[in-house]
Amino acid sequence: MTGRRWVGACLFALAAVGGAAEPPSAALDARLKRLEAELRCLVCQNQTLADSNADLAGDLRREVRELALAGRTDDEIRDYLVARYGDFVLYDPPLKPTTWLLWFAPFTLLAGGGLLWWQVLSRRQRAASAAPPSDPVAEARARALLDDEPPP
Amino acid sequence: MMGSPAKTLRWSIPLAVFIVLVAFLWAGLGRDPHEVPSPLIGKPAPAFELALLHDASRRLAAGDLKGKVWLLNVWASWCVSCRVEHPLLLQLAKTNIVPVYGLDYKDKPEDARAWLAQHGDPYTASIIDSDGKVGIDYGVYGVPETFLIDKAGVVRYKQIGPLTIEALQQKILPLVRQLQQ
Repeated sequence: MTGRRWVGACLFALAAVGGAAEPPSAALDARLKRLEAELRCLVCQNQTLADSNADLAGDLRREVRELALAGRTDDEIRDYLVARYGDFVLYDPPLKPTTWLLWFAPFTLLAGGGLLWWQVLSRRQRAASAAPPSDPVAEARARALLDDEPPP
Repeated sequence: MMGSPAKTLRWSIPLAVFIVLVAFLWAGLGRDPHEVPSPLIGKPAPAFELALLHDASRRLAAGDLKGKVWLLNVWASWCVSCRVEHPLLLQLAKTNIVPVYGLDYKDKPEDARAWLAQHGDPYTASIIDSDGKVGIDYGVYGVPETFLIDKAGVVRYKQIGPLTIEALQQKILPLVRQLQQ
């Protein structure tokens, strides 16, 4: 009897420990997953740390997990990796002088193209409106020719 | 007369755009997208204290090498392109210009020792980084990599991938001579 109760108590304690341990680790897993999805694997450069099967990616995931367990914030973990691998490790690179070209070139090109387009259009419009007024005699003659009638 | 600047513009703008595009693409052809510039250049070499490959009871720390210019060559017995640069390292070791320290990265010590016995050992000393932690501190992402570290312990140059004659003669050795003065 007591033995069974003891086993029951053990099971209950285990379940309680398991239940207590689960929520924080699930939260940590979610946090790590989000963080790893914005970090680049240096070996297979078009994959995130979360997606990559490379050996180094596994090591870096382990490193990120250890840092998170040690209580570092997401920013501190990102800084840790940037200090070692550079901004390239971030999928969302920060805005600073060396990345200005990266960030602004597309908008500059778009604005330049738009400006060019607008200029061509306005020039065409000007050319159309600046066309000399037609000569009524020549117009009548042209119409007559088109209508296949002898000119008056 | 009025149409001529517009006409010049009509062919010169696309031509200029084309030339710029070709210049960018041409420059891009000569670059290796796998070479990520290291943020460590100009910064103190990350500290380490690791067991020696040939004598696990002794340890070597980065701080022990203060006061001399040295190369840190990251290699492994499983690394194929390490074999490519190895003859060059052996030659360099013979010249005694600069000491080369080997960081045996994510490797089994017995494999590493067998590899060095077979291919020759160019290293002044070899240290073992079996879990790759020091490698991560140095931003290693592809073996082999070679770091040039100055007397003050600052990283001055990083070679990603195998050492080449050109890299040694044009960049590393001139820099070594300059730093040794």
